[in-house]
Amino acid sequence: MFAIAAIALLIAMFLGLARLFKGPTLYDRALAVNAFGTFTVLFIGVMGFLNQRPDFLDISLLYALINFAGTIAILKFFRYRALGDVPQKPEGDQ
Amino acid sequence: MQAMIIEALSWIFIISGAIFLLIGAIGIIRFPDFWSRLHALSVCDSAGMILLVLGMMLQAGLSFITIKLAIIGVFLFITGPTATHAVANAAFMSGNRPKSYKDDKQEEENA
Repeated sequence: MFAIAAIALLIAMFLGLARLFKGPTLYDRALAVNAFGTFTVLFIGVMGFLNQRPDFLDISLLYALINFAGTIAILKFFRYRALGDVPQKPEGDQ
Repeated sequence: MQAMIIEALSWIFIISGAIFLLIGAIGIIRFPDFWSRLHALSVCDSAGMILLVLGMMLQAGLSFITIKLAIIGVFLFITGPTATHAVANAAFMSGNRPKSYKDDKQEEENA
């Protein structure tokens, strides 16, 4: 049963990667990175259950935190061209 | 008897969660437009993730693992849609519009 979920997650990860390379716009790639991160979190959790290793869940929790922060950092960088101090009126606004 | 029900229920949750994840992942690939792909991603983030985590929690029974899984589930439940919104907002701000998007100005011209 967990094997089925693991295989499904693997396929989903490869599809996410395919979207990452194919994605025309930058935001398709940000979307694919976010999707890949979620799949990885769940995949680590399922692998933890498959190998009877409950400590995998700490890794998956950590990866969920990093994935979210990473997605927001990518978006912020491409919006303001800087991660640090943000100009009041971002020039990207339409 | 009761354990068997929980076992069967966790089976159903995990399998359906895996199916939802696959559907969402296929949707991310096949949908034509960035905005419809965003919808497919949110299917993954919400339905697939919650079902899978619930299935694992049932599988783990009442233990410390279930608490960890609950924390992961709640966290992903909150940050999933937030990240999707951030991506959508960033795309919208940079001028990327859905095809059927009529601006307020255009509506006045058409009307």
